[in-house]
Amino acid sequence: MDWQGQKHSEFLMQILLVVFAVVAFAVGYAIESFQMMILIYASGVLLTALITVPNWPFFNRHPLKWLDPSEADR
Amino acid sequence: MHSFGYRANALVTFAVTILAAMCSLASLSDNFNVPTPTADVKVLNINWFQKQPNGNDEVSLTLNISVDLSSMFTWNTKQVFVFVAAEYETPQNALNQVSLWDGIIPSKEHAKFWIHTTNKYRFIDQGSNLRGKDFNLTLHWHVMPKTGKMFADKIVKSGYHLPEEYR
Repeated sequence: MDWQGQKHSEFLMQILLVVFAVVAFAVGYAIESFQMMILIYASGVLLTALITVPNWPFFNRHPLKWLDPSEADR
Repeated sequence: MHSFGYRANALVTFAVTILAAMCSLASLSDNFNVPTPTADVKVLNINWFQKQPNGNDEVSLTLNISVDLSSMFTWNTKQVFVFVAAEYETPQNALNQVSLWDGIIPSKEHAKFWIHTTNKYRFIDQGSNLRGKDFNLTLHWHVMPKTGKMFADKIVKSGYHLPEEYR
């Protein structure tokens, strides 16, 4: 990941978790099912992990230009 | 540069913190529930009433306990523990509470019932004070949550009386 991607990943992670938590609580409370709240939230956590933790290519759209090894000073 | 492990850790920590917040909210939501419980306890029969060799009075009763605790159940209720206690006063003790029967109500569907039973636990006095004794039968309940605060309350039924003589 590059610096921009890192920022996007962290932001996405926080937003996704909060949104899933709010939806999970609202649905669970409305249908009076504690289990449903936990189920929705747990799937949300897994989905968020899948989207934000691995080093996906779309997190690397502003790659850093490292110097070629031969150009580095010894 | 954040590593895979760093991101995974950040996610797990945040997810668990949010879970804790959801559980507190769920527990707080129980306060919006206004329960309307009803209960009645009848003493159908005094089976026997004796003084034990160790000097303590003991009585065996047949009770009819009928309750409707379905309004106590919320989405955050795991079970309701209910028990009936005999309460009376003696010269030695300002308050005696003897548990006669208890049960666990696992769901709202089971919360409205009646039961015809002898006392599950022995009604034994500390001493020999039960002849002619007036006592209350109090139905207590503990609403046990899936997460958070437990609520406990009771209904007092008074006007019960033990025989003047052993039988």
